[in-house]
Amino acid sequence: MNANSLTIAAARDALRKGELSAVDLTMSCLTAMDAGDALNAFVYKTPEIALDQARAADARLAAGDAPAMCGIPLGIKDLFCTRGVPSQAASNILKGFRPEYESTVTTRLFEAGSVMLGKLNMDEFAMGSSNETSCYGNAVNPWRRGNDDAALTPGGSSGGSAAAVAADLCLAATGTDTGGSIRQPAAFTGIVGIKPTYGRVSRWGVVAFASSLDQAGPMTKSVRDAAIMLGAMAGHDPKDSTSADLSVPDFEAALTGDIRGKVIGIPREYRMDGMPAEIEALWQKGIAMMRDAGAEIRDISLPHTKYALPAYYVIAPAEASSNLARYDGVKYGHRARLAQGDGITEMYEKTRAEGFGAEVQRRILVGTYVLSAGFYDAYYNRARKVRALIKRDFETVFAEGVDAILTPATPSSAFGLGEMANASPVEMYLNDVFTVTVNLAGLPGVSVPVGLDAQGLPLGLQLIGRPWDEAGLLNHAHVLERAAGFVSKPAKWW
Amino acid sequence: MSIDIETARKVAKLARIRVEEAALPKLAEQLSGILTFMEQLNEVDVEGVEPMVSVTPMRLKRRADVVTDGNIQAQVLKNAPEAREGFFAVPKVVE
Repeated sequence: MNANSLTIAAARDALRKGELSAVDLTMSCLTAMDAGDALNAFVYKTPEIALDQARAADARLAAGDAPAMCGIPLGIKDLFCTRGVPSQAASNILKGFRPEYESTVTTRLFEAGSVMLGKLNMDEFAMGSSNETSCYGNAVNPWRRGNDDAALTPGGSSGGSAAAVAADLCLAATGTDTGGSIRQPAAFTGIVGIKPTYGRVSRWGVVAFASSLDQAGPMTKSVRDAAIMLGAMAGHDPKDSTSADLSVPDFEAALTGDIRGKVIGIPREYRMDGMPAEIEALWQKGIAMMRDAGAEIRDISLPHTKYALPAYYVIAPAEASSNLARYDGVKYGHRARLAQGDGITEMYEKTRAEGFGAEVQRRILVGTYVLSAGFYDAYYNRARKVRALIKRDFETVFAEGVDAILTPATPSSAFGLGEMANASPVEMYLNDVFTVTVNLAGLPGVSVPVGLDAQGLPLGLQLIGRPWDEAGLLNHAHVLERAAGFVSKPAKWW
Repeated sequence: MSIDIETARKVAKLARIRVEEAALPKLAEQLSGILTFMEQLNEVDVEGVEPMVSVTPMRLKRRADVVTDGNIQAQVLKNAPEAREGFFAVPKVVE
């Protein structure tokens, strides 16, 4: 087994025992990264930075001053600003942008001794569910359907992160999740991804999409790894006014494997019309696993579930249209070549038309429309009221004693790249049907790989937790992971 | 609610995104599809419900109103498409 296939937990233990050096581990990942170009997961490689960080990590390990993430090679989603390193949110409008500052999440990971291998592919501005809106081209799922060599999506928007982790190009990766962008790609690639409670992880230095929904989290090979890495990412940050001033528990210590007496809610509204039988069967399997572990299974109702997607597709574009107003060709990024006599308005219009891709333009336009005079109440305010009701649905079941909620993570397994090319934007949005409620309510949610479908592709289940209870949520996920015993890896073709 | 070509043109103008005339019909059709999807929200009884403004019920932190940063002009201008004499440069705004 090559070092790049290790989990964070195994690598940490080997590093601390001196059985492995951070430099050797990093070299192993750099080799895997270079051999993985066909996946188009890494879009900017930083081998010099990685080796410098690895040498520093080895020094810390030798000195006995090594936090859990010390020497762990990571991929960083292109949405995170990294000092001096291109950070363009997979958009042409940020072409050439090299931030003069470091995001809080990467700052924390680097302070803990982590190693950055490079920047990872994603949907443009995190708007997409298939990584097909990226300016870098598609990231490719390392998984294939049986012997069919058709390229599949790794999901989105954190598609590069998911592909890189599933293919062992790195030990783990950062992701961000506005409507399912960590959990859906994790499910499509057979890895673990957690979106923390809104406010648990600082958004400072993460390129903004929809500020009331965005949250960063780890994408890893195991639940234990997610617990370790989340601990290093989380915590209060004075630079993000919505970041919560709460202490960060030891998430790994919470993985007791004991959920006896806990109440797992099964929401009847998540049984969608036309849901594939395999997804339903997987869900039932997960329910049985939780019951066998001693949890009480309870049928619950979240009556406004159906309205989560339409509410999301009002609120997220509204916030995006406001956030993306900053890309005007003045302060950073792309500026269009102007014709004789063009003024500032032409500069804005041409710059934004050239710099933003089709899906981003569509969402800005939808957001502009729903916020415009005469429609603000009918769309935006109504959506915010529905959002309050969706949040109330969850508060009600938690108040009635539910500890965690079990649902499918996605309505299907990974689909083929290009297969949705003729679908309407709304059909693509349906990918988020099980995940988007969690963002609207600000809750933590985790996707855990549970099985393979008939085509041999991974399927995941989602657990949703109480606000700020990532520790309890990860313990539930740990029990599910152990019971499912998912150990499959994609057959290497790249 | 369906969006006609005129409305699509107006929204593009508001958003400061140039959309070619030939692209407007398709755009209007896609926007209409998205808005029709949103119209399901009209089925919900929202009488007496306050619009959600903050995700978690907490008071946002405030910091002291003091200067904590500055003297980084070169860094601020580093990524500008065009900078001159310590300023961002743009096409003529006022005739």
